[in-house]
Amino acid sequence: MRDRVWIFVGLAVFVATLTCPAWYALVHRKASSQPPNLQMPANQKECVAPAGSMRAAHIQMLIQWREDVVRRGDRRFVAFNGKVYEKSLTHTCLGCHNKQQFCDRCHAYSGVSTPYCWSCHTDPQSIARNAP
Amino acid sequence: MRITRKDFLCLSGLSLLAAGCKHSARSVSRPASGAQASTQPVRWGMVIDLRKCREKDGCNDCIHACNTAHNIPQIANRAHEVKWLWTEPYATVFPAAQTGYVPQSDAETTVPLLCNHCADPPCTRVCPTQATWKRDDGIVMMDWHRCIGCRYCIAACPYGSRSFNFEDPRPSIVGINPDFPTRTKGVVEKCNFCEERLARGLKPACVNACPQQVFTFGNLADPNSEPRQMLRELFALQREPELGAGPSVFYLV
Repeated sequence: MRDRVWIFVGLAVFVATLTCPAWYALVHRKASSQPPNLQMPANQKECVAPAGSMRAAHIQMLIQWREDVVRRGDRRFVAFNGKVYEKSLTHTCLGCHNKQQFCDRCHAYSGVSTPYCWSCHTDPQSIARNAP
Repeated sequence: MRITRKDFLCLSGLSLLAAGCKHSARSVSRPASGAQASTQPVRWGMVIDLRKCREKDGCNDCIHACNTAHNIPQIANRAHEVKWLWTEPYATVFPAAQTGYVPQSDAETTVPLLCNHCADPPCTRVCPTQATWKRDDGIVMMDWHRCIGCRYCIAACPYGSRSFNFEDPRPSIVGINPDFPTRTKGVVEKCNFCEERLARGLKPACVNACPQQVFTFGNLADPNSEPRQMLRELFALQREPELGAGPSVFYLV
């Protein structure tokens, strides 16, 4: 039992390491279990797919749209409710959603880095804001 | 119930016959819709009437329209320049087609140039990722998502129609047009025959912008189209036709 001190020190270090993300978050007040305050579109009630599948798989849909438009020239999207949309990130998605208040907020909350879509694709609302 | 060999063979034969009848009945009953599905071939092309062009008087409306429509950066450094529609002196464009006495041989006459959307494009053959390919309607398309910036296509294009983004183009764009994406550093770009406007039933931006109707755009596969009528009546030049790429852009001189 002469090593009792070392065993407890080792245990303390282990527990501290294990719980450090929680402590870090508490100190920096960055993460929270509260869902992000997203600005919902004012002009539309329904998205191109049910909210749950958009939340889970919007990137798959965007990739599908990209392939359809660029490689097949197919720009017409018939939604689950029969509505017809243009397959366009700028016109359809950002026609309703605000990039900064919707996309970016949720990506920041989920810890998903900003995708490189935006190095080419533009946000029409921020362009309109910056225009002289 | 026991099935005899004779019954089995009879049943199999009848089933095969029924399946065959259904198939042939279906193909016979819908010949009209089948004919509709096979659409007429399209090959987009352009005739540029140099006699009408007022570039000498300082008009560059076509280039300006193209630059605005496609967010083309204006980079002062010529080595980094990006161009979709631009001009070169007549003598450089058609070195073999001058006698020294025709007015076009005048050093001041310039020719609007763009991607030729060749019938047999050399650029698409060398692309290792199929980021550039020829569509069924003849447009040589670019998929900037796939371009890895190897620049093989720039080396392959005999017309210098392709530009590389050596730097981030965004700071050099005068007023970003939200209807078209910008490009990013490290991708190749070129004229897309306003594919995004054709999809909306519009003509290319340069065609609409020209005050002199220098550009005539249409379907080269249709013998009654406007460009085909012009090519039937007038002698036209293509850029370096001897290379065999088959440009879809023609020049009236």
